[in-house]
Amino acid sequence: MKASPPKSPSPLTLPDLLGRRAVLALLPVVFAASFALAQAGADKRRSGYQDMGAALQKMQDDDTANPGMLFVQLGRQLWAKPVGAANKSCADCHALADMKGVAVRYPAMPKDGDKPIDLEGRIRLCRTAHQQAEPLAPESQDLLALMAVVANQSRGMSIAPSNDPRLVPFREQGAAIYQRRQGQLNLSCAICHDDNAGKKLAGVTIPEAHPTGYPLYRLEWQALGSLKRRLRNCLVGIRAEAYPYDSVDYVALEIYLMDRAKGMVFESPGVRP
Amino acid sequence: MTNVLINAPKTAKKGEVIELKALIMHTMETGFRPGTNGRIIPRNIIERFTASWNGSEIFRMDFSPAIAANPFVSFFAVASESGKITFRWTGDEGFAAEESVAIDVA
Repeated sequence: MKASPPKSPSPLTLPDLLGRRAVLALLPVVFAASFALAQAGADKRRSGYQDMGAALQKMQDDDTANPGMLFVQLGRQLWAKPVGAANKSCADCHALADMKGVAVRYPAMPKDGDKPIDLEGRIRLCRTAHQQAEPLAPESQDLLALMAVVANQSRGMSIAPSNDPRLVPFREQGAAIYQRRQGQLNLSCAICHDDNAGKKLAGVTIPEAHPTGYPLYRLEWQALGSLKRRLRNCLVGIRAEAYPYDSVDYVALEIYLMDRAKGMVFESPGVRP
Repeated sequence: MTNVLINAPKTAKKGEVIELKALIMHTMETGFRPGTNGRIIPRNIIERFTASWNGSEIFRMDFSPAIAANPFVSFFAVASESGKITFRWTGDEGFAAEESVAIDVA
């Protein structure tokens, strides 16, 4: 092997300088990214998936045993079905493959609106504005199926919340709800899911409350359910009054929780006991 | 709308024991639960599941109200000949669903 002759230093030109400046400017970004990667190895956050038994993990991983996939299959049929006065299907506007990455960045701000919406809200908007159809009832099978098929497109991706500045006040609102004591038991979300996560509550491991698999199939529900249903369950559990279905508090909490789970792997449709 | 997921091997050796898995979307309403109006929700379950290999029955199962929604059935069979495995569910309110998969036995 021949050593290449040493290159004579060439005079610096303006584009060169600009290039170097760009590289210098990028350095902290590169450093931050590699730091984040190094930290990922030491990520102590646990998805509910890691806390359940091997049998349930297998059930979630097998697409023909995961009952959530029935809803994904149903959602795929509904995606192509024209509805409403406009007689349009979801597929008339969107390719299903383009939905990849949507679930990992939602909730988001609608184009002309002042309140953030989650996937459910996005589907409702599409139905009422573009398809001119009746909105689907909360937690109805068809709504969950559409949510499931959209969410399923992002399976395996990292949760990457939107950095829209308009979401910031809602994220703070969500964080405040998370820390606030509520209900007759006077508990906050944080008391269970931050301070006591990993310990047992009546024989069940308290999860860290990362929304990695929603909408997910809970065996206890014998059905697919949204994060909203899970939050309502928690509220009833601490004997607080669940917020109305259209309350922005759920979306605010979801924004906060998705930010808290940033970088974790998205698994929808998850299976949980 | 029938909504079924089947997991069966596409090929098998003659005499090989293979696992067949079938999942179906169904409410499996027990007939014991009161609805929001206080009245009992009528029973609506799958009553019978059968599997046949080229038309001859190889597996049959009777369901009870205690079986959860979206039932998953897994069973084993000996691969005898190439052809079609047909899964059939029948139940209350005239429920009937059928799904077939092809298998190549060499």
